Amino acid sequence: MIRFLLNDREVCLENSAPEMTVLEYLRTKAEQRGSKEGCASGDCGACTVVVAEVVKQRLRYRTLNSCITLVGSLHGKQLLTVEHLQQHDALHPVQQAMVDQHGSQCGFCTPGFIMSLFCLYRNDHQPTRAEVERALAGNLCRCTGYRPIIDAALSLAGQGVADALAQQEAAVATRLTDMLQQPISASMQAGQRHFLVPTSSDELLAQLTAHPKAQLVAGGTDFSLTITQQLQQPDTLIYTGRVAELTQIEESEQWLKLGAALSYTDVEPLLQQHFPSFARLLERLGSLQVRNQGTLGGNIANASPIGDTPPVLLALDAILHLRSPAGRHTMPIAEFFTGYRQTKLPTSGFIEAIEIPLQPERQLYVYKISKRLDDDISAVCAAFSIELKDGVVQQARLGFGGMAATPARAFHAEQALLGQPFSEQGIEAAQQALAQDFSPIDDVRASGAYRLQVAQNLLLRAVLEQDNPTAEALEVVQYA
Amino acid sequence: MRNLKAKGSPASQVAGTTGVARVHESATKHVSGTAIYVDDMLEPRGTLYGAVGYSSIAKGRITGMDLSAVRQSEGVVDILVVEDIPGVTDIGAVFGGDPILTSEEIKYQGQPIFVVVAETEQQARRAVKQAKIEFVEDVPTLDVIEALTAQQFVRPSHFMSHGDAQAALAKAPKRLQAEQHVGGQEHFYLEGQVALVVPAEDGGMLVYSSTQHPSEVQKLVAEVLSVPANRITVDMRRMGGGFGGKESQAAGWACMAAALVLKTGKPVKLRLPRVDDMTMTGKRHPFYNTYDIGFDEQGLIQGADIMVAGNCGHSADLSDAIVDRAMFHADNAYYLADVSIAGHRCRTNTVSHTAFRGFGGPQGMMIIERAMDDIARAVGKDPLDVRKLNLYSAGGRDTTPYHQTVEHNVLLELIEQLEQNSDYRARRAEITQWNKTSRVLQRGLALTPVKFGISFTLQHLNQAGALIHIYTDGSIQVNHGGTEMGQGLHTKIIQIVAEALAIDPHEIQITATRTDKVPNTSPTAASSGTDLNGQAARNAALTLKQRIAECVAEHKACGRDSVRFADGRIYWGDQGESMSFADGALFAYENRVSLSATGYYKTPKIWYDREQAKGRPFFYFANGAAVSEVVVDTLTGEYKVLAVDILHDVGRSLNPALDCGQIEGGFIQGMGWLTTEELKWNDKGVLLSNGPATYKIPAISDTPKRFKVDLFARANEEDTVYHSKAVGEPPFMLAISVWSALRDAISSLSNYQVSPPLDTPATPERVLNAMMATREQAAEQKGKGR
Repeated sequence: MIRFLLNDREVCLENSAPEMTVLEYLRTKAEQRGSKEGCASGDCGACTVVVAEVVKQRLRYRTLNSCITLVGSLHGKQLLTVEHLQQHDALHPVQQAMVDQHGSQCGFCTPGFIMSLFCLYRNDHQPTRAEVERALAGNLCRCTGYRPIIDAALSLAGQGVADALAQQEAAVATRLTDMLQQPISASMQAGQRHFLVPTSSDELLAQLTAHPKAQLVAGGTDFSLTITQQLQQPDTLIYTGRVAELTQIEESEQWLKLGAALSYTDVEPLLQQHFPSFARLLERLGSLQVRNQGTLGGNIANASPIGDTPPVLLALDAILHLRSPAGRHTMPIAEFFTGYRQTKLPTSGFIEAIEIPLQPERQLYVYKISKRLDDDISAVCAAFSIELKDGVVQQARLGFGGMAATPARAFHAEQALLGQPFSEQGIEAAQQALAQDFSPIDDVRASGAYRLQVAQNLLLRAVLEQDNPTAEALEVVQYA
Repeated sequence: MRNLKAKGSPASQVAGTTGVARVHESATKHVSGTAIYVDDMLEPRGTLYGAVGYSSIAKGRITGMDLSAVRQSEGVVDILVVEDIPGVTDIGAVFGGDPILTSEEIKYQGQPIFVVVAETEQQARRAVKQAKIEFVEDVPTLDVIEALTAQQFVRPSHFMSHGDAQAALAKAPKRLQAEQHVGGQEHFYLEGQVALVVPAEDGGMLVYSSTQHPSEVQKLVAEVLSVPANRITVDMRRMGGGFGGKESQAAGWACMAAALVLKTGKPVKLRLPRVDDMTMTGKRHPFYNTYDIGFDEQGLIQGADIMVAGNCGHSADLSDAIVDRAMFHADNAYYLADVSIAGHRCRTNTVSHTAFRGFGGPQGMMIIERAMDDIARAVGKDPLDVRKLNLYSAGGRDTTPYHQTVEHNVLLELIEQLEQNSDYRARRAEITQWNKTSRVLQRGLALTPVKFGISFTLQHLNQAGALIHIYTDGSIQVNHGGTEMGQGLHTKIIQIVAEALAIDPHEIQITATRTDKVPNTSPTAASSGTDLNGQAARNAALTLKQRIAECVAEHKACGRDSVRFADGRIYWGDQGESMSFADGALFAYENRVSLSATGYYKTPKIWYDREQAKGRPFFYFANGAAVSEVVVDTLTGEYKVLAVDILHDVGRSLNPALDCGQIEGGFIQGMGWLTTEELKWNDKGVLLSNGPATYKIPAISDTPKRFKVDLFARANEEDTVYHSKAVGEPPFMLAISVWSALRDAISSLSNYQVSPPLDTPATPERVLNAMMATREQAAEQKGKGR
C-alpha cells in the first residue's frame, strides 16, 4: 500500500497503475483541479506542487513537477497543493502578494508560481532576486513578462510568511513518521504490474531479480516522459528514492561518494564546496523542480548524450560503484557509456554510488551552451579538468556532452594539450584536434558546425578565465 | 417577486472606476486555483474523451486506413472520420481550404485524419497509436522562396504605392538592398486547445470552448452539424492565454467534439496534449522580406521598394489580412516618400499559419527597422538619428503608403522624452568606449519606435454588442462579445460600466461570454477588445441610466436634468434628495421600467478601398518606443538583455496596472520571438520543435534587471472609450529594439562599419555566425583600404 498525505488527508492507494502521475491523480482521481497541465513533460511548471518529507525529524519542503512525478514515490510524504494554502478565506501571503502586484494575467500558470513561491518562503525568508529567479526558473509565464511576479516575490523578503501550515508541521511530521513505521509493504499494483518502494540495497537487488522486466525509477524526470509522451505502460517500477545506501553521502580526504539516488539539490552544497564550477552548472540544469527530483545516478544510467553531469564526471575521473546479482564492483565512468543510450550496466544491476576523486592540483572549468540560459538542454556542455606545472599542462580531461552519441572525452584534444602551455597559442592544436574527436550532428538545438566551433572557443574561454587578473566579465551570466 | 428588499447603501466612495490600477477581476481565483478553465469543469456523467489521429507526412495521399485496432483498443467507444460529418466539412475561417478531417489528400504534417473517443483521455490517446495508415508521399514545398518563385500562393498578391518608387530610387544619392528571413512563433498559450461539448435539445449543443471567437465556433459547429445557428450556444469564461492562436484555430476541436456528441449521444471533451497542439495548430507566419531603399547623405529616405512574403502554410486561414497588415506596417513610423510595397501569400506544406499578436505587423516592421540600422551604418550616424530624421512629420511628410494621413503624431516627442529619460546618449558613448577594450563581451544599444494601426482591417468586424441586467437588489450582470484571455478585458469593462453608472465596481458581475447573450460577435483580436466592447457596454449602461433617470424625474416630479448619478447614489431635485443605486433599481422595477438593455458600437471614420489600396483603415495609431541594451559573448553567441526602458502611448489609461502588464508581457513575448523561440521543421516537413523542451519561450531570468515602463501621458484625441488607446498588440513590437541592439553589439566588432545581417530568431548560433561574418567583412574592408 502506498500511503501519503494529500494536504491534511491521508490517502492509501493499493490498486493503481504504477505509471499514474501525481497530476493525473490530482486532476482525475482526487478531482482537485487547481494544479494545471501545461506540458506534461516537466518543462512549464504549471503543475508545480510541494512535497514535504521528514528529514532529521523535521519537514523538508521541495517543489516538484507533478506531471512527471509518479504517485507511488509519494509514499510517506505530504503532498501540498494550491487548494491548501488559503486558510479560512484568507489568502496565503504569497497569494496576496501576487494579487497586489498584478502577478497574474490569464492565470493558468499561476497556481504553479504560487507553489514555487510558497516553497521558496518556507525555506528562506530573505531571498535575493537571484534566488527568486532560481526558484521560479521552471515556471513559465506567457503573459506577464515576469516583472510583477519578481516584484511579488521580493515584496515579501524579510517580512516572514506566517501561515497556519507552519503550526501544523510537528503534527504532520509525526503522522508521516508513523506512516513509514507501519509494517506494510510499500507498493501498489495493477494486475501483474507493480510499483515497489524498497528501503535497502539488498531489497532492491532482490526485487530486481524477482522482476526481471522491472524498470528503476528515481526522480523520473526523463523516464516519466515515456509515460506522458510515449504513453507507455511500463511493467514493474522500482522506486530508488528510499533506498538507504543509495541516498547516502560519504566524504573522505581523497574522495566524495554520492549515493546514486541523491537528487541534484541534495548534492549541490557539497559540490559547491569542492567544485564550485560544477555547482554553477547544476544551477542551470533543468529547473529547481527538476533538480529536486532528478538524480546523479539517473543522469548517468540513462546515458543520454545531452545529460549535463556526465561530461563533468568524465572530466573528474569519477568511479561508479555498481551492484548486480554477480556482486559489487567499480568502473571508471569513462568506460561506462558504450553507445547511444547504451551502457555497461549489468542485467538486474544498478548504480549504488558515484565516487569523485578530490584532486586539488587540477583546475575544473565547466560550461553549458543553450539557446535559453535557464531550464534548457545543452547544445554543448563542456568540462575541462586541467593540471598545470609551471604553466604547462600535465594532465587534461575534456568531457563533452552534445558532441557525440554518448557523453564523451576528447582524447585527441587531451593529448594535444599535454606538455603545452595553457595559453591561447598552447591550445591551438587541441582546438584543431576536437574536429578529430567529434563530428557533432545538426539537430533542433544547434548545427554540428556551431557545436564544434563553440567547443573550440570554450577551450579559449578556459584559458582566458585562468589568466584574468582584473576579473573582467567573460560570460554574459557573469556580466549581468 | 413580491418580497423585495433592496440591499443597504453601497460604499459612498466609488473606487476602481476608470483610470485606477484595479486588480484583475479573477486575480484571487487565479492565485487560489479556483479560476475554472474548460478542462477544470467537472464533466457531466458519461463524458467521453477524444484524441486526434494526424498525418505523419507533409504531402501526399492516404492509400489505406485500417482503424480496427483503434476500435478494439481498451475503453474505445467510437471513431470519427470525415465521412461521418453530416454538414460542411471545410471549416476554413474566411476562404475555405481547411478540411475538418481528411481521408484523401495530405497537405501538412499534423493534418487531422480521425478522432477517437474513449472512456478516459489516456485510453483515447493510446488508441490513436494503434492506427495503421498508409500514405503515398509527395515532395513537400517547405521553402518560402521556392513557393514565391513558383508563385504558389494561397491568395492573390496585393500591392500598394504612393508616388513613383522606381524613379525616386534611380535618382537617390545612395541606395541599399537587402533581404531577411523573419521566423515564425508558437503561441505557447499555457492552456492548450480544448473543447467540451454537451448535448442539448432539438439537435442543439452547449459548447465550452477555449476560443477568442465564440461566434465563429458557433457558426462552424452549426455548419458541421447542419443545424441552424440558434441551436448552438458557445460559452467561454476564460482562456489560459490566446495570443491569436485561439482566434480561428480553436474551432476545429469544438467541431470534432460536436460531431462526436452527435454520433455517440454523450458529452465529449477534446483537449490537445502539448505536442499535438504544437504539431496541429498554426503559428505566427514566418516571413521573407526584401527592401531596395534610396536615401541621401544624411540618411533621409527618398524612395523605397519593399516586398513582404508570408509563409502561410497550406491554406489561407487569415493570411490575406495578415499579409495586408504586414504591408500596412512595412513603413512602421517612417515617411518613405515614393514607395511601393508588394505583399505575397506563399503556400507551403506546413500547418496553416494564423493570427498571433500583431497579426503580421511585426514581420512587416522588421524590414524597415533593418533598413534604418543599415542606412545609419552607411552614412556613419547613430541609428537613432536616422530613425528620428525619417519619422512622419507635418509639412507633406504625413501620408502613408496606403494614403492615410498620420494625424495626432506624437512619436518625435515621445522618442525624445524616452531618449532623455533613458540617458541614451551617455550610455551610447560609454558602451562604445567599453566595447573597445572588452576582451570577450560586447554590448549593444538601440531605440526603436512603434506606430501601430488600430482597427480590424476587415471593416465589418469593427462592431460590438453588450447586454446589461440590473437586478432589483442593485447588483448588475454585464455580458459582452469580448473574451477574457488574461488581458484584463473584463476588469476594464467593469470599470467602464462602474464609471458610467457611478457605482462601486463590486456591484458588477461579469459572466462568461456566451453566444446566447450577445450574438454575432467579432473575435477578441486586433487589440480591439476594450475599444469595441467597452463602448458597447458603456452604451448599454447609458441606456439604463437614462431609463432610471427618466423614471425618477417622472415620479419625483423633478426635471430630468436634475437627476444625477454619483458615488453609488441617485440624486434628484434641488434639495439634495437621494437614494442608493440599489433603491433606485428597485424603484425603477416597481415603476415598471425595463432594467435590461443591450448596447452596440461601431467604429466611425474608417474605410479602405482595397482595389485602389487607399483609404483610412485605422481609426487611430498607438505609439511607443523602447531602448534595449544587450551584452553578447563573442565566443559562443550567447547574450543577455541587460536593460529596457519603454515609453508607451495608451491614451488615457483605463487601468495603468493592466496596461503595464500588457506592455511588459508583450515586450517579453516579442523578445522571445526574436531571440530564443526557434521553430524547426526537418527536410520532410515534420516539426521538430514540438514541445517546451525544444521550443524555448523566455523564462524568468530573461526578464531584464532594469525594466522600466512608463505611460506616455496623453489622452487619445479620437473619441474612444474614455479616450483610451488599444494596448494588446502594439507593445509586442517594442522588442525589435532587442534585435537591433544585438546587431549594434555585433557591428561594434567592425567599429560600426559593417551592418550585419541577422535573421531571426537571433539564436546564439545566428549571433555567433553574424559576428564571425562581421569580423571577416571588416577585415576585407580594411584590406581594401577603406
